[in-house]
Amino acid sequence: MTKLTYTDKKDTRSGFGDGLLELGRTNPDVVALCADLIGSLKMGAFQKEFPERFFQTGIAEANMISIAAGLATAGKIPFTGTFANFSTSRVYDQLRQGIAYSDKNVKVCASHAGLTLGEDGATHQVLEDLGMTKMLPNFTVINPCDYHQTKAATMAIADHNGPVYLRFGRPSWPMFMEDQPFEIGKAINLIEGSDVSIFATGHLVWKAIEAEAELAKEGISAEVVNIHTIKPLDEEAILKSVAKTGCAVSAEEHQMAGGLGESIASTLVRNKLYPMEFVAVNDQFGESGKPDQLLDKYGLGVVDIVNAAKEAISRK
Amino acid sequence: MPQPNLDQLQQVCSQVRRDIVRMVHAQQSGHPGGSLGCADYLVALYFHVMSFNNSFKMDGKGEDMFFLSNGHISPVWYSVLARSGFFEVSELATFRKIGTRLQGHPATEEGLPGVRIASGSLGQGLSAAIGAALAKRIDGDDKIVHCLMGDGEQQEGQVWEAAMFAAHNKVDRLIATIDFNGQQIDGATSDVNDLGDLGAKYSSFGWDVLTCDGNYLTELISTMDDAQAKCGNGKPILILMKTEMGKGVDFMEGTHKWHGIPPNDQQLAEALNQLEETLGDY
Repeated sequence: MTKLTYTDKKDTRSGFGDGLLELGRTNPDVVALCADLIGSLKMGAFQKEFPERFFQTGIAEANMISIAAGLATAGKIPFTGTFANFSTSRVYDQLRQGIAYSDKNVKVCASHAGLTLGEDGATHQVLEDLGMTKMLPNFTVINPCDYHQTKAATMAIADHNGPVYLRFGRPSWPMFMEDQPFEIGKAINLIEGSDVSIFATGHLVWKAIEAEAELAKEGISAEVVNIHTIKPLDEEAILKSVAKTGCAVSAEEHQMAGGLGESIASTLVRNKLYPMEFVAVNDQFGESGKPDQLLDKYGLGVVDIVNAAKEAISRK
Repeated sequence: MPQPNLDQLQQVCSQVRRDIVRMVHAQQSGHPGGSLGCADYLVALYFHVMSFNNSFKMDGKGEDMFFLSNGHISPVWYSVLARSGFFEVSELATFRKIGTRLQGHPATEEGLPGVRIASGSLGQGLSAAIGAALAKRIDGDDKIVHCLMGDGEQQEGQVWEAAMFAAHNKVDRLIATIDFNGQQIDGATSDVNDLGDLGAKYSSFGWDVLTCDGNYLTELISTMDDAQAKCGNGKPILILMKTEMGKGVDFMEGTHKWHGIPPNDQQLAEALNQLEETLGDY
């Protein structure tokens, strides 16, 4: 497998905006709603080209989510756009009753997730959203890793009938997934290795790729798997990888409680006991700062993944 | 508007009220008070006002649609759905029992015909109804979307998010109705958290507001007909519908005490004595 590199950076939210615009052109049932964050969510192009299929709800996220449920009831495919904390914790009951339990074909699209939101601080840096959404029956939960994958995921979820939570972010981030097909629930093995399996999601996929290079310098062979779909989890790919490497590391921009790592650990222990380490935020709120400063301070940096990999290997 | 057959509607109302108290009694669980108060409204809606197919389709394209936001009055809705042909009347006997479609609060998971979205957690139905009305606007479908809310439910903030949005976006093929019985679980709405002048509030939000006695069929139907005639004039429409909780069963009338408790055997007999069996009990 060739080593992964990147030549350009772009924000994942632009992948959402560009994917939505393409969907508008190809699927007349797709409609979009936004709660006063059109620029932040990159929804302006869709709004301009399809004004009759775009609804500005103002700063009223609960109303937006339930309107989307009504649009879906009447046959539309609504994409809601706001920040990740306003897409989940603020509207959890609306998600639970009107979308999850009622099994509505609504795509909850959530930007500015995690620490990499940066300077706005902990009020906006939701680190609990994957847990909240993966606990809801009927929900599919997706956290793509770069611009290309976010665009591909945005388009793929329109063809999936059911509730979806699509999580992406604010910062400019390396682009390395061009021309990769996107299949919901199908993990992507990015780098093959034999000593440790690193399962990463979202922005931390790139950090895991960098960690693999560091480990290789020390003669450690790490496998890097891109888990873009948190639920349904690709258990087969995870078990296959760990059967080969014998230990696991999860890496995510989320609380350890309720995150991807817990889903992976649950999969592993129901099969065989393997050493596993978690790279995640450990029961803390974030703070203001630059994205990379925050990732480093809260234990989500390249060095943290490297150390977690060594720790997992040492416990084999 | 077609002329209503008032005698027939009165007969359905009486039977629906019998169904309500029998359902709640059978499982010793459910909400009889608000259900009895809204029997006339739901009978008028399904037997006179709305045009729909009772071969149920979720998307409701080309049909009038109804969203029940105050889902706890499921007994009256289930009875009216069954009596208007969405499912067998005999299924009312399964209300709130395990493994059935007639859940305590309305739900779609078991596929009960007539129900389009779960409700029970309050404050969400008006928004959902707005969504359906927006879909109809996109589709060029001129049918009307109806929504019933409770008055206590007006204490939920989301209701006012929806009220503001509907007026701003001229969602004018939407008729929302408030079951204005002045009661909620913990007592009179005026004691718990006074609603003030609801009509003035909706008017100031940009709605066209009508009022009526929701337990007087002639007035109720004429108001619902008026509301339909006003559709398409650039404003959402609100019917502030004064009702009496527990209407039709004297010892349940006008009190919050029967919001969510069932009658015992003797109370059931007393209630049924006051309600004529017109269409046959299930």
